[in-house]
Amino acid sequence: MKYTPTIGIECHVQLCTKTKLFSEVDNDARGKEPNSCVSPVDYALPGMLPRLNGEAVRFCILAGRAMNCEINAFSRFDRKHYFYPDSPKGYQITQFYQPIIGAGYVELPSGTRVRINHAHLEGDAGKLTHFDSYSLVDLNRVDTPLIEIVSEPDIHSSKDAHDYCKELWRLMCHAGVTYGDLYNGNMRFDVNVSLAPEGSTNLGTRAEVKNLNSFRSVERAVEYEISRQSKILDKGGKIIQETLGWNDATGVTTGQRSKEEAKDYRYMPEPDLPPIHLSAEFIEAEAAKLPMMPKDYREKFGGIIKDDILEILLDYPTLMAKLNEISTGHITLISNLFASVLLAEEKSAEYLNDLPTAKQLSDLAEMNEKKELSSTATKEVFLKIFDPQMKGKDAKTIAKELGVVQENDLGALEAIVDTVLAKPETAKAQEDFKAGQEKVIGFLVGQVMKESHGKANPSAVQEILRKKLS
Amino acid sequence: MKVANKKVTAVRLVEDALKKAHEFEDYNIFTFIDDAGALKKACEIDRRIAAGEEVGRLAGVPYALKDNFLTPAGETTASAHILQGFNSPITATAVAKLEAEGAIMIGRTNLDAFAHGSSTENSYFGPTLNAYDKSRVAGGSSGGSAVAVALDIVEFATGTDTGGSIRQPASFNGVYGFKPTYGCISRYGVVAMASSTDCIGFFTKSPDDMDLLMSIASGKDSKDLTTLDDYYGLSTGHATASSPTSPTDSVGVPQAASPVDVHRIGVVKEFDNESVDAEIRKALESKCKLLKSKGYEIVELDMPALKYALAAYYIIVPAEVASNLSRYDGVRYGFRSENSKDLNGLYENTREEGFMPENKRRIMIGNFVLSSGFYDAYFLKAAKVRTLIIKEYEKAFETCDFILTPVAPNPAFKLGEKVNDPVAMYLEDLMSVSLNLAGVPGLAIPAGKTAKGLPIGLQIVGPRRSDKSLIEFAKILEDEE
Repeated sequence: MKYTPTIGIECHVQLCTKTKLFSEVDNDARGKEPNSCVSPVDYALPGMLPRLNGEAVRFCILAGRAMNCEINAFSRFDRKHYFYPDSPKGYQITQFYQPIIGAGYVELPSGTRVRINHAHLEGDAGKLTHFDSYSLVDLNRVDTPLIEIVSEPDIHSSKDAHDYCKELWRLMCHAGVTYGDLYNGNMRFDVNVSLAPEGSTNLGTRAEVKNLNSFRSVERAVEYEISRQSKILDKGGKIIQETLGWNDATGVTTGQRSKEEAKDYRYMPEPDLPPIHLSAEFIEAEAAKLPMMPKDYREKFGGIIKDDILEILLDYPTLMAKLNEISTGHITLISNLFASVLLAEEKSAEYLNDLPTAKQLSDLAEMNEKKELSSTATKEVFLKIFDPQMKGKDAKTIAKELGVVQENDLGALEAIVDTVLAKPETAKAQEDFKAGQEKVIGFLVGQVMKESHGKANPSAVQEILRKKLS
Repeated sequence: MKVANKKVTAVRLVEDALKKAHEFEDYNIFTFIDDAGALKKACEIDRRIAAGEEVGRLAGVPYALKDNFLTPAGETTASAHILQGFNSPITATAVAKLEAEGAIMIGRTNLDAFAHGSSTENSYFGPTLNAYDKSRVAGGSSGGSAVAVALDIVEFATGTDTGGSIRQPASFNGVYGFKPTYGCISRYGVVAMASSTDCIGFFTKSPDDMDLLMSIASGKDSKDLTTLDDYYGLSTGHATASSPTSPTDSVGVPQAASPVDVHRIGVVKEFDNESVDAEIRKALESKCKLLKSKGYEIVELDMPALKYALAAYYIIVPAEVASNLSRYDGVRYGFRSENSKDLNGLYENTREEGFMPENKRRIMIGNFVLSSGFYDAYFLKAAKVRTLIIKEYEKAFETCDFILTPVAPNPAFKLGEKVNDPVAMYLEDLMSVSLNLAGVPGLAIPAGKTAKGLPIGLQIVGPRRSDKSLIEFAKILEDEE
């Protein structure tokens, strides 16, 4: 039988606030010792009370608006209880009843709209590392702010599931609310998959695949679930509502716990945190700080940057923001350089966070336009601009230092051409050309280039040569 | 209060207090006496006074600290086995404020473990004895603090009041005990019982001392988001209705006026019945007569929602208790059971051995009322009752300025009398818990003694943020010795 898959996705986004959600310790534990970014509040010492991080609330406004969501004027926190070593308080502070971000939608590049049910603000848990006979607990991640974005079940293919996750990632990165490092779990996806016979209006029983941390694994897990569930249904079996884990190496989902064993989280209003009241003025003032989003860039650069290049560059908010500073005439060249040269570089990740100024890039584009730089030289100078040792130097200086500025002075070029034509070793080639052997012009241009130490503009040289040999 | 002046040294005051603390050891008042630490601080105060340096408003005044306030001085145990060995790196905001004014903590006082109880019998260290009759309970949960003040060991003591834990032991021992408006004093660094009803307050020997302590300890604390703006300073009792300094978050409750503007005192009809001890009712009556003679009008109040207060309280509070006690797992601090083979065993054994029966009872009730399928029937319903109670107080304060009620239905009862009957023990809180649910202030005042010589306490209840005028008003009702 044919089935229609229905997919809903919950996505956890770690916010890149300076301090944690409920305490004033460093929220950026990258490269730090385990348990070194932990306050008595995170550690759940007796008598400690959570303090709400205002930056996290402001990030929620940005993230919410990036997803076209309502921002709720009133929201509050709840406690979600469970005993586990990653949760020192014995509960997670979350927003179960009244979340800060309301309904909205995300539009995929294909045009498909996925509605957002809501998104809530909560604290992350600590990190456990399991060994044979023991486990280690690192509380650095405790109460890192998270927003959990809950979609409506509007997705019906593994590709859309992939694209939705990727678009969310882009939105969050462009909004500047997360580091967006998937490898380190900055964004994690829980995917609910159910199948219903094609044409049926009822939804099937769903299974939830938890904790996926790449777009590819989302896509593969959905494909696997569709096939697994189809096989069960084809045989007349029933899908069990359960939580599954994904093994990226084997490409298989495995059961973790079924609904019967589901935990009772005993939600309760968080009495230590007063509700959040946001005025319309405050929301608008904060939302106005939202930078350009992918859809804005598509609108602005569509037709100027080729679609496939634009989609690549949209993964890099800093590059897009830089392009936004560059005048329209230079966009095509610079975007091509970004996509084909910069991103191919080994050190591109480093470079992305320390881009040259718009002026440096515009100067480069201008030199290229005036034919002062060949396309090879343009790439060479472009990469040099990123070199930390060249920092602050303008494109012209760098080009001169590299000695790659093209000679465009026709008088000077003629002199070089004359020198070359006077050389006995070019005599035969000159005769051959005059006799109609068109391809030897290449040899002659090459000789002139050599004489000019590569600085001559080859097309200008050819033009002079043709004139002189006609 | 005997603020240290040149007539008496801080060392002398502290030595006296320490001497008495040791003399009264059989009352089991203290869980820790800080002889060395207190004397060292006293020497420092004397040195500063001698050097002509500025000293605070409580310079050299010895006080006792309920053992659920975090300070690095001694272990903070909350009289619970599960916190044995816990040395806090933190100082509670309230303690820091007192010490900044020069107050000297001479010891930590006994309480029902985690403040769960009304008699201090639920302490891991055993009960504290009543200051007037050693065969009777001190009341609770702040029993140690009440007796420390009643026996004149210290000038004042701190307490916490979640459902009567300051006012009831104050009334059992004949001292003043104040539960301020919710959010008046920072809860930061105080072992939480039930976050939405916990209040920090004091035991003193006079309304004036209470006023001084409140002006020192209250105020906004960035570490406790539920604290109110420096309202005790604002609420000087002299603000008029049109005053622009009127707090805005009193949701329609007019700020109580200064005592000169107090005209009508309410008494609650629902508390005037056989379940309240006859001598206590008589004491209330005589105070009402006194007030009438001074020109006050006594208004009878109908507050039908109050009879549900106890039921709502024993749902909301255990829910918060269960939640707040989740962190005690034996992993990071305090007591850890040695008999565990695996992680769950460690949790289970630590909590089994570390909590008192009353702690466990409240954890179980709390988890039950929050569990899936029961939340609406219990917790949510209790929350609705709480809203009704808040409204009922608001309504009451439209017809009167303050309310006068007994603190507890009975004077101090015998040790062991109710410890095996949890419901009888909970009934002790009948007239105290509604204040915590509504967040309104209540001051327990001494109101004579029973024929057997046991202290009787009454409480003055005011609207939210009326704390200062309420304390002022208490002077009118002072017992004439």
